[in-house]
Amino acid sequence: MGRRRSLGDISYMIVVWTLAVLALLILVAPVVIVLTTSFTEGRSLKFPPTGFSLQWYEALFDASKSRQIHRAVGNSLEVAAWSTAFGVLLGSMAALGIARNRHRLARVADGFFLSPLVLPGLTFGLAALMYFTLIGFRPSLNLIIAGHMIVTVPFILRTTTASLSQLDPALNDCSQSLGASWLYTLRRVTLPLIAPGILAGAFLAFMASIDNVPVSLFLSTARTDMLPIRMWGMMESTLDPRIAAVSGVLITAAFLLMLVMEWTVGLTRRMRD
Amino acid sequence: MRKLAEWQLALPLALAFISIFLAPLLLLVGVSFFNDDKISQPGFGQWIKFFGDPFSYKVIADTMLLGVKTVAATILVGYPLALVYLDASPRVQRVLIFIIVLPLLLSVVVRTFAWIVVLGREGVINQLLMSLGIISEPLKLLQTELGLVISLTQIEMPLMLLPLISVMSRLDPNLRDASAALGASRWRTLFTVIVPLSMPGLVAGCLLVFASSTTAFISQTVIGGVRLIYLPLLIWQQSLVVFNWPFAAVISISLLVSVLTVVSALSWFGRKSGGYVHG
Repeated sequence: MGRRRSLGDISYMIVVWTLAVLALLILVAPVVIVLTTSFTEGRSLKFPPTGFSLQWYEALFDASKSRQIHRAVGNSLEVAAWSTAFGVLLGSMAALGIARNRHRLARVADGFFLSPLVLPGLTFGLAALMYFTLIGFRPSLNLIIAGHMIVTVPFILRTTTASLSQLDPALNDCSQSLGASWLYTLRRVTLPLIAPGILAGAFLAFMASIDNVPVSLFLSTARTDMLPIRMWGMMESTLDPRIAAVSGVLITAAFLLMLVMEWTVGLTRRMRD
Repeated sequence: MRKLAEWQLALPLALAFISIFLAPLLLLVGVSFFNDDKISQPGFGQWIKFFGDPFSYKVIADTMLLGVKTVAATILVGYPLALVYLDASPRVQRVLIFIIVLPLLLSVVVRTFAWIVVLGREGVINQLLMSLGIISEPLKLLQTELGLVISLTQIEMPLMLLPLISVMSRLDPNLRDASAALGASRWRTLFTVIVPLSMPGLVAGCLLVFASSTTAFISQTVIGGVRLIYLPLLIWQQSLVVFNWPFAAVISISLLVSVLTVVSALSWFGRKSGGYVHG
């Protein structure tokens, strides 16, 4: 098109691009800065870092000096694994049961199961603490697993429901009219087709559990310490520089996991839909 | 097996939700109607105490305002990024979406910590401004609301961008071409075509960012410090420091109600604008 660019169009490009670049800078710069700072030689976390060393990573991986952090990491991984496993089991069953059901009650149940996404996590965390204490449960990892399952299962429900809705219902009818039982159809037709959706949801749920603060804040104790709560403690009083090393490890892990998930189940495509 | 109705598959999750989600929330409401921290004397004492104190209204207003400011900031920089994404080639789009999603998978604590390094007295911003000679004394950015809003903008931006991009990429590109061919400037196309059509995504983004930033306990306490008081900090103090559970219950119900009020107003607006666009 030979149309000359008007002043308005030029100002549009300038404003939009400046703000978009600012957005990218705000998104990326802090992550890069933390990664760089974690290799500092100095005692404090300044940017640009003074010299290069792995001292904070050495301190972090030292089994005796960082025992508390290691235990918190272990607890967080255990809780995330179990709550995701239960979430996948209950969540995908529920999605199979009600995703394609147009009944009003099914829609209500769907909204109920997704409500932890908008409900303030702190309110649920406090409620769970009171509930478990008043019925006489002692603090344990099992209670944290239960709490995390509630707040992370919506991720599994959402991606599984999305894959189910893209499934051609004719496939089901074909399989059944050819004489396959409901269970056989589920196992050989439905599940293989929605597996990537379940997997993407499980990944998001796992990451949300690792990252969860509001539920862990109320349900964890010194013995059942969780990583984000421990890290919060490391920032609250005096800044413990090992937190830069913890962050470095977590950033690398998230980056690698995301690449893997992108190649296997097309994670970002599912998050856009 | 064929006798089993399909919907019954949802029963286990429904049972789990009723026993460890709904029951605790109902209990929370019950506990709020006790006057003492031993939970023995029923009464409205805690409600009167909370809503009789002008300080409470200030904290509620501050918390909601923090949410509004964060939403405004994420729209200001996030919307243009979504526009750039829309015009980008598929290859660039893949890179952009990766950059947008990655922070979401990073722990909130890591992202909060990153901003301490950026905003601190010896942080990146102060070092940069001082070396450029713009300021002589380091600016105080930590423990200010400005610093907190800047940090939350990064922490919450993916929640704004994902629904926005999802809605925008379904827009018919012909609409923009038609608008341009009819002589509209790009600004005019933006405000009369793209913004109204992307409204459902924008509303969904606002909803998520608002709900998340008003309850972002770690970022609020670590970057905001103890002098900026928001509802999550009060809940934490009352429940885990003072151990006054009924009072903590009152505050957390107030947080829940204020957030849900704004969120449902927003989604009502979203449905209304969605209907306007399609109908």
